[in-house]
Amino acid sequence: MSELMQFLLSGATVGAVYALVALGFTIIYNASDVVNFAQGEFVMLGGMTTVFAHAAGLPLPLAALVAVVATSALGVALNKLAIEPARGAPVVSLIIITIGASIFIRGAAQLVFDKQIHRFPAFTGDDPLHILGATILPQSLWVIGGALVVFVALWLFFTRTLTGRAVLATSNNRLAAQLVGINTNWVMTLSFALSAGIGALAGVLVTPITMTSYDVGIALALKGFAAAMLGGMGNPKGALVGGILLGLLESLTAGYLSSTYKDAAAFIVILGVLFFMPQGLFGRKSTDRV
Amino acid sequence: MLTVEGLRSRYGRIEVLHGIDLHVDSGEIVTVVGANGAGKTTLLRCLSGVQPVSGGSITFRGEVLTPVPAYKRLRRGLAQSPEGRQIFTNLTVEENLRLGAFLFSDDRVDRDMEDAFQMFPILKEKRNLAAGGLSGGQQQMLAMARALMGRPSCLLLDEPSMGLAPIIVQQIFDVVKGLKALNVTVLLVEQNAFGALKIADRGYVMETGHITMEGTAAELIADPRIREAYLGI
Ligand SMILES: Nc1ncnc2c1ncn2[C@@H]1O[C@H](COP(=O)(O)OP(=O)(O)OP(=O)(O)O)[C@@H](O)[C@H]1O
Ligand SMILES: [Mg+2]
Repeated sequence: MSELMQFLLSGATVGAVYALVALGFTIIYNASDVVNFAQGEFVMLGGMTTVFAHAAGLPLPLAALVAVVATSALGVALNKLAIEPARGAPVVSLIIITIGASIFIRGAAQLVFDKQIHRFPAFTGDDPLHILGATILPQSLWVIGGALVVFVALWLFFTRTLTGRAVLATSNNRLAAQLVGINTNWVMTLSFALSAGIGALAGVLVTPITMTSYDVGIALALKGFAAAMLGGMGNPKGALVGGILLGLLESLTAGYLSSTYKDAAAFIVILGVLFFMPQGLFGRKSTDRV
Repeated sequence: MLTVEGLRSRYGRIEVLHGIDLHVDSGEIVTVVGANGAGKTTLLRCLSGVQPVSGGSITFRGEVLTPVPAYKRLRRGLAQSPEGRQIFTNLTVEENLRLGAFLFSDDRVDRDMEDAFQMFPILKEKRNLAAGGLSGGQQQMLAMARALMGRPSCLLLDEPSMGLAPIIVQQIFDVVKGLKALNVTVLLVEQNAFGALKIADRGYVMETGHITMEGTAAELIADPRIREAYLGI
């Protein structure tokens, strides 16, 4: 019982990170139909920038803020320099551009930062808490809580603000959005900033547990992509559920089978979704009439 | 109010508008009729700025529109109900209308919505339903109502009668005719030449990217070439 509880708690922690990465995929996908494979690099930059800003003497919260803001700015630059100029190119080309961008960012991070593995202290100490016979790090609660806060904030943003409605409208029908006066280019810029910022925040939250280095982005992008596919690409609720499910699946696989199979879980999920339910769990029902 | 001179546009290397000249005066209903593929939709897309122009000019209320980005053209008073309706299928009817008034946040939005419901009562019945579930005719009404929520001085209408039952077409054309009383100038693009000319003041005939004929609606309806080619009489 306590063993199961332990697996569930650690699964939920990783799952929350996957959910945030999946959410980053979702936001950009909705605004532009692009699957942004540089999403994992945003997480890496969040962690690495915090590490180096903190080492340079900034207090941890300020270092984290710098990391999130700088990564958002990089997201905007990615859109302006690489995606927007290629507007009109087939979506596949845009996706390849994002893969190129992720390789570039990884290379640059190696030079600007280094190749070492880093971490910074947990926000509120390392003394584990006990829940139903299992233990959980306080930092895990930060990760799970952070993910929940992000989801609630985004939900409020999309449903309660004019800008949020502009983003929704753009993702539903870009042409119509322009015709009602929405600046869809700006919406795309905003989406890249948001996605990058959320990715960076995930990096900040999880680095005290998992540590970070210049190359952690690839695996995260893959897991986040699997989670987004599982939930249904383009659906924020799907990103949340898909992320948590994938995290739990991995942790149960590692716990009851072997940790060598852990990473295979994500691949099996991607393949399974592609074969059996390409729409994902919360995929858009096609209410569109032609 | 709207003047188009020598307008050219292309898809890739293929030019589909070869220098279009036309004008719409304030308070008029003007129609552009033409067969499948003549370039009518491309013309309206150029006017709304969602299609690049490769030559010529568009002047609207004294301002050259060509450098004005698409999203700013409604602010200038130019709205479009596009081909294929292009409603926000995932959102409700009411949300679609509110997005039509995206530029505004005053009390007039609610009043305009009531007016839209009066114009198309069926939309009021369905106001809380997802727009994607509406019938073709209802979607067309929604597209027009949404465009009107943007308080345009000139409305561009792309084939509102496409694929609809005659009785619905009649209802929609009646509404278009009634826009005059609301001080909305109309540029109506149609394959249904007879229906369009019946409610229009003037008309243009478009063939493969050229304007080939123009005149008052009465002249065009009476013209033997038009009667043969477009009216099937
Ligand atoms: N996206 C596109 N890419 C390439 N060619 C296009 C595209 N859209 C339209 N065309 C071509 O441009 C020409 C004009 O098309 P357009 O849609 O403007 O005609 P239309 O008069 O609106 O026709 P319809 O009455 O069928 O709506 C056609 O020959 C069409 O094949
Ligand atoms: Mg057309």
